[in-house]
Amino acid sequence: MLKDITIGQYIPGDTKIHNLDPRIKIIITFTFIASLFFINKFYGYIFVLAFISMATIISKIQIKYLFKGLKPLIVIILLTVFLNIFMTEGKVIYTIWRFKITKEGLSQAGFMALRLIFLITGASLLTLTTSPISLTDGIEKLLNPLRKIGVPAHEIAMMMTIALRFIPTLLEETDKIMKAQMARGADFESGNIITRAKAMIPLLVPLFISAFRRADELAMAMEARCYRGGENRTRMKQLKLELIDLGASLITVAFFGAILWSRYYTFKI
Amino acid sequence: MIKTENVSFRYPSQETEELFALHDINISIKKGEFVAVLGHNGSGKSTFAKLLNALLLPNFGVVYINGMETKDISNLWNIRQTAGMVFQNPDNQIVATVVEEDVAFGPENLGIPPLEIRKRVDESLIDVGMFEYRKHSPHLLSGGQKQRIAIAGILSMKPKCIILDEPTAMLDPSGRKEVIETIIKLNKEENITIVLITHYMDEAVNADKVYVMGDGKIALEGTPKQVFSKVKEIKELGLDVPQITELAQMLIDEGVDLPSDILTVQEMVVELCQLK
Repeated sequence: MLKDITIGQYIPGDTKIHNLDPRIKIIITFTFIASLFFINKFYGYIFVLAFISMATIISKIQIKYLFKGLKPLIVIILLTVFLNIFMTEGKVIYTIWRFKITKEGLSQAGFMALRLIFLITGASLLTLTTSPISLTDGIEKLLNPLRKIGVPAHEIAMMMTIALRFIPTLLEETDKIMKAQMARGADFESGNIITRAKAMIPLLVPLFISAFRRADELAMAMEARCYRGGENRTRMKQLKLELIDLGASLITVAFFGAILWSRYYTFKI
Repeated sequence: MIKTENVSFRYPSQETEELFALHDINISIKKGEFVAVLGHNGSGKSTFAKLLNALLLPNFGVVYINGMETKDISNLWNIRQTAGMVFQNPDNQIVATVVEEDVAFGPENLGIPPLEIRKRVDESLIDVGMFEYRKHSPHLLSGGQKQRIAIAGILSMKPKCIILDEPTAMLDPSGRKEVIETIIKLNKEENITIVLITHYMDEAVNADKVYVMGDGKIALEGTPKQVFSKVKEIKELGLDVPQITELAQMLIDEGVDLPSDILTVQEMVVELCQLK
């Protein structure tokens, strides 16, 4: 049952968005997120909507996956909305008991909600169209210049790769231990939270011991295969910037320019 | 190719007495040989394997790999590239999330140019018969397939010798067959020296030379025929002889006129048909 879990939320595809260089995709996503914080008027979101719709259509990702990404964060979005509605000072439109709803509050709430929704959708779009491996590669390459100031770029990427590699292995093992304990009468399902947490101990102890043993053996196997950190290491797959990456970067620059324009330019109505 | 001179090894935690995991081992393996090392649990055979890869260094004596001494730290990476090592648990030696990326791990560590790595990865995967799985995720493969990937991962470093530490212990019979056939093929076609450490007697039958270990010492050595005809000594070491050899021995005890060094079913058939 646990075996079917997929890592991350990557949806394989062969579109222009999927095939962008992961470095460019990461930079674009960060530019996109930063631009959200430059917006100070509602119509600035028109550009955002256009940008994200374009990316979604090209990537052929179904809208439902983007909504799926929003689901776990719905509570935070609602909380932000309510706090903004009730806590903003301004012209009072309606009063419930001791809470005042203001015009400014409503617009502020809508503003914040849109910002959060677009932020999450943008980030989801990155993980939906980029496989964990190329994401790791991209992060390693992007962090590489920071090695000089002591950021362990290669080590971070290696840890992420190994973690991704062992997630299914450890899930399978959890499943096995769980069944073994259940066969001997362990009960993981009934009781209150504390009883259930206590029931997890016989599951976690063997899991941890085995994880450490695996780590030990893996370290030995890596050493036997001449692993000695990132120094002098080459990679089989080289990341190469193509024309399409340049195109995507230019579109992003234009988008960012439009956002800045919307911030500092006011329509005279 | 591989030579050990009076090698002894003791794990540092065993402080109680002078308890050596390995004691006075002298072995000499020639290039292109297929050597099997047998022994029951705790006989020191895994320790021996790690000494050949400089994962452990001997307390006494010297280990030479292709003329390089393992104690000399400047030889370390050369030794590990020359004598590649495959471990028992296939899950715990695969590093990457895609088969071909894992096979590329060794050459990447050696700093080989990307195009050459690509070539080596493809060749190694074809050699172990896993080329069509190159884009797969390792955790969805069977144990035998994973172990072949691990062998390909070593092969892509172009070793002269491969040491396999009980590569089939965690596999089902069909996986075991896959792995052993791959090993024999590499030995015959690529002339790669093989050191196979195992406790399955049937796997040692194909070897050129067999060493049997007991209590950290070499108890028996010789060709499979010489070693397995000593049924009594092998049983005393807590091991079994191949089933067919045991059958031959029982028949001999019953007064049937058979040679005592029968190792395979074919040989048995030939011998039985010649009986009058």
